[in-house]
Amino acid sequence: MTGARRADRRAALLFLAPALAMLAVVSVYPAVWVFWLSLQYRIPIFDVARFAGLDHYLFLATDPRFLNAARVTLTFTAISVALELALGLMAALLLRGQTAGRQVALSLLLVPWALPSVVTAKLFEWLYHPSAGLVNFLLGGQSHNWLGDPRLALPAVILADVWRTLPFVALLCYARLLGISPEIYEAAQVDGAGPLGTFRRITLPLLRPVLLIALLFRTLDALRAFDLMFVLTGGGPANTTETLTVYAYRSLFQTLQLGLGSAIGITVFVLVMLVAWGYLAALRREAR
Amino acid sequence: MRRKRHGVDALVLLLLCAFAVPFFWQILTSFKPDADLLRLPPVLPSRLTGVHYMAVWQRSVIPRALVNSLGVAGITTLLAVALGLSAGYALARFRVPGAGALLLAVVAGTAFPQIAIVSPLYLLIRFLGLRDTWTALILADTSFALPLVIWLLTGFIREIPIELEEAAALDGAGRLRTLRWITVPLVAPGLLSAGLLTFLASWNEFLFAYTFTASESSRTVPVALALFPGVFEVPWGDIAAASILASVPPVLIVAGLGRFMVRGLLAGALRE
Repeated sequence: MTGARRADRRAALLFLAPALAMLAVVSVYPAVWVFWLSLQYRIPIFDVARFAGLDHYLFLATDPRFLNAARVTLTFTAISVALELALGLMAALLLRGQTAGRQVALSLLLVPWALPSVVTAKLFEWLYHPSAGLVNFLLGGQSHNWLGDPRLALPAVILADVWRTLPFVALLCYARLLGISPEIYEAAQVDGAGPLGTFRRITLPLLRPVLLIALLFRTLDALRAFDLMFVLTGGGPANTTETLTVYAYRSLFQTLQLGLGSAIGITVFVLVMLVAWGYLAALRREAR
Repeated sequence: MRRKRHGVDALVLLLLCAFAVPFFWQILTSFKPDADLLRLPPVLPSRLTGVHYMAVWQRSVIPRALVNSLGVAGITTLLAVALGLSAGYALARFRVPGAGALLLAVVAGTAFPQIAIVSPLYLLIRFLGLRDTWTALILADTSFALPLVIWLLTGFIREIPIELEEAAALDGAGRLRTLRWITVPLVAPGLLSAGLLTFLASWNEFLFAYTFTASESSRTVPVALALFPGVFEVPWGDIAAASILASVPPVLIVAGLGRFMVRGLLAGALRE
């Protein structure tokens, strides 16, 4: 190795060191520690701290509350991501032709995405108010208790989530649509393809990569979602909106079982990893 | 044909306005007198009032929370961009052994769920005596933002032609001077994009802020809003006013600097 090369490498490490040190202490170290924590009984207020082995995981395997939380998480993820992709794509198609007021249109679209999720929760809590809420009023003076009725609470939370994340999907699709050259469409028109045929044969295939990326990002985010249900319903009524993240949080900081809560957190991590792995495997199979 | 185009444009704008109604509704609510709040119809109030904003401003913890949020998000942004610029420069411009693997690990890091890291981080922060301080939130938010910032800035720096930096080096400028006077000005829009996304994420962050704070001395706006007190009945007007105040920075960013934010968002999602 030449002297210049070695000096280069030393400079590189110097430039990298601050960020890596920060990540090592505040991200990597806790991320490893949580696995160890999940193997312990740890209840700080009673000074309990002893090894539990796989007890928490064995408990969770037959815990009805955990199985319910897993089902709620998967239902929430599947329905909200499907709606976000479909509606986001539609919004992008609508926006594509926009000539006047494009900036205003984009701002209107992006505000829901940029708001703090706690604000979104407060917005929808008020919209869902049983007697003075806009939703019941627009439905013709109904008096549904959206957040208190076990059958309605999860759909209500999903709707709020779709509202705040659809703009992300729309934006990705819109950016891709702007990149498609108009000549392709002119050619299709010359060939006599109708609007539906053009959409199916040209637009959709060209959008596919972007839709897949949106699918991955949105699925990972939905599996990890926490703020919205925690503030909007707190997991209720009757645990119908209690996702794995809310169950983990309640175990960690409301009943103060740090070990059990960490174990639930790790199941969320495993879910996320499974989805990412499945996605990459599908991509690789397609590339071949 | 042109007239038809305008018609469609107006229709799309109208649809988007309808989409944003939940937010507009909250703005309207924040100006409604108490007597009109729990009655619907009428949709429009008999008169508009500023009492909710006065109440929030004078008798709630929201002003203090706004200061905390601005401080935490501001410092987090500066710190994350500074550390990210340094790391991104190294990854883009030096032959670092294992740079590819490092970048991949950084990307994978963004998938780690907050809920899985919050318990050990809580113990770490308690051990360091940082509970209920800005420092705890700044540390947590910065390390959470860093992967995306490093990823974005590495990409943006790679887009700059290296010849400019080489020319500066030939003229005898050292690494730091070249970074300061050549690279930083050229990557400034990228720094703004990364900074805006970091600021938004930190301003909106709830789980860490809710867990690591214990009093109004460090509670951020989302936490203060989630814990907004109601004595006998829920003060919907005050909550509406508080949530509009909490929305001011995000709305300003989207309306004024949306271009830069979108660029960062797209680069983060689409660059392979």
